[in-house]
Amino acid sequence: MNLLEDLYKDIILRHYKSPHNYGPLESANVRVVGDNPSCGDQIELQVETDGEQIADVRFRGQGCAISQASASLMTDLVKGKTWAEALELERKFKSMILDGAPPAPELGDLAALSGVHKLAARVKCATLAWNALEQAAQEARTKAQGT
Amino acid sequence: MAIVTPQTLRQDFPLLVHHPELVYLNSAATSQKPQAVIEAVSRYYRELNASVHRGAYTLSAQASEAYEQARRTLARFIGAEEREIIFVRNTTEALNLVAYAWGLRNLQPGDEILLTEMEHHANLVPWHLVCERTGARIKAIPLGDDGRLELEHLGTLLTERVRLVSVMHVSNVLGTVNPVAQIAQAARAVGALVLVDGAQSAPHMPVDVRALGADFYAFSGHKMLGPTGIGVLWGRYEVLETLAPFLGGGSMIREVYVDRSTYAQPPQRFEAGTPAVAEAVGLAAAVEYLERLGMANVWQHELELAAYALARLDEELPEVRTFGPRGQDRSGVIPFVLGSIHAHDVATALDQYGIAVRAGHHCAQPLHRKLGVAATVRASFYVYTTREDVDRFIEALKKVRDFFKDWL
Ligand SMILES: Cc1ncc(COP(=O)(O)O)c(C=O)c1O
Repeated sequence: MNLLEDLYKDIILRHYKSPHNYGPLESANVRVVGDNPSCGDQIELQVETDGEQIADVRFRGQGCAISQASASLMTDLVKGKTWAEALELERKFKSMILDGAPPAPELGDLAALSGVHKLAARVKCATLAWNALEQAAQEARTKAQGT
Repeated sequence: MAIVTPQTLRQDFPLLVHHPELVYLNSAATSQKPQAVIEAVSRYYRELNASVHRGAYTLSAQASEAYEQARRTLARFIGAEEREIIFVRNTTEALNLVAYAWGLRNLQPGDEILLTEMEHHANLVPWHLVCERTGARIKAIPLGDDGRLELEHLGTLLTERVRLVSVMHVSNVLGTVNPVAQIAQAARAVGALVLVDGAQSAPHMPVDVRALGADFYAFSGHKMLGPTGIGVLWGRYEVLETLAPFLGGGSMIREVYVDRSTYAQPPQRFEAGTPAVAEAVGLAAAVEYLERLGMANVWQHELELAAYALARLDEELPEVRTFGPRGQDRSGVIPFVLGSIHAHDVATALDQYGIAVRAGHHCAQPLHRKLGVAATVRASFYVYTTREDVDRFIEALKKVRDFFKDWL
């Protein structure tokens, strides 16, 4: 029972039911889709960027509370950051989820997802949006080099 | 109750004894194994292991005999002839065998394959691959709101162009038992072959492949108390004889030259390389275990559990929406959603109470698209499932509902 309360904290369920930064982003110049083929969860990440900084970011998709809350909280956090800063946050988030590292203070409310570390079957839900972010970073870099 | 003492039956399954608190409700994905099966595999390695069909020594002959005895046992189990039983890895491989050995060689542009909207990906993707290469087309019998196939469309769908009808016998998501004999009869009338995906019927109900009127029937050992890595493709011998090989190599040949070869008769023609002998022996032990219980009893047991579970869910958990037909044409598979909580979250929550269920699309994305939900939770029963298991599942689900009550 404790794990359940530990995992599904109020903040997670709040972001699941009313996600932030959800919906289309007209000004986006980078769009990537991340999915978990084994469970059908999907997230489309849309980013407006000059190649350096994430000017705006929104997501769309469907999935479980963990994947959706993670995406919602992530977009809140990385908006306005440089790609380098965003990828550093990704590293910290993944080390919390994958290695069970204590949540870094910069992760803010994402610390609420730290319980996922104990659930091997759900790790890929928590990291779905972040994998998409990494993919978007690569695309942003390629685009910036191309112009 | 048809299986008089499922509680005692549990004692036959070392894993369930090892995890006394576990309520294992994912048998549609894979079943647990009785000691008799584990022992048969172990005994094969301890006492009989040798190369089959290749050694001149006594031990090899004994190993070969054990393998062929397993083939006879499987033939008896589904009312087939021994020479019609092809050992494969699983249902997926059996379906691919037909797709490649028959489909790739015989299908032409304009030909049609008739499937259904409820198929498992294992009976969809091989046909996508074959159609890409042959120019044949896929059509599907629609799935109705009641979880049954809309057979009123069969007449218009079954044109002269249809060369193969491939349908699942029992749905792995909805539990629906499809009227395969009726579909097969209609298919034969237009000259189409009939392939039946028996992954969810062979483990759970009496099956007589001749009575089904099919040409092929595929199933997996691991879903019916047997080991992983072994399954069966049954084919009518007259049809098997017309098929070219699927995989080439040792054991499937008659004569080999450097630049060409001739092939053995079925079933050897389709069993290239060293087979999974221990697994075949283990599967035969599983069949003998099921035969001792009686397949009619197994089916009755599951019907009763399904009816009991559905009645309690209807009565006590209005927040739960179940899918699938209501009636005698439904196996012990209960797919459901809890309010608007995602299936994965419900399954994770149930796991905290020791209830093992599956969540997701269950390798049936087209079916879920039709249901209008991205994912479902699925509880599935088998011979060792008890009424107490169902009770614990329902009680846990109530706690999960209470936990998520503000978010449903
Ligand atoms: C109806 C059906 N067909 C095919 C399969 C594939 O079986 P396997 O994974 O053993 O090849 C399954 C099981 O997952 C199934 O339920």
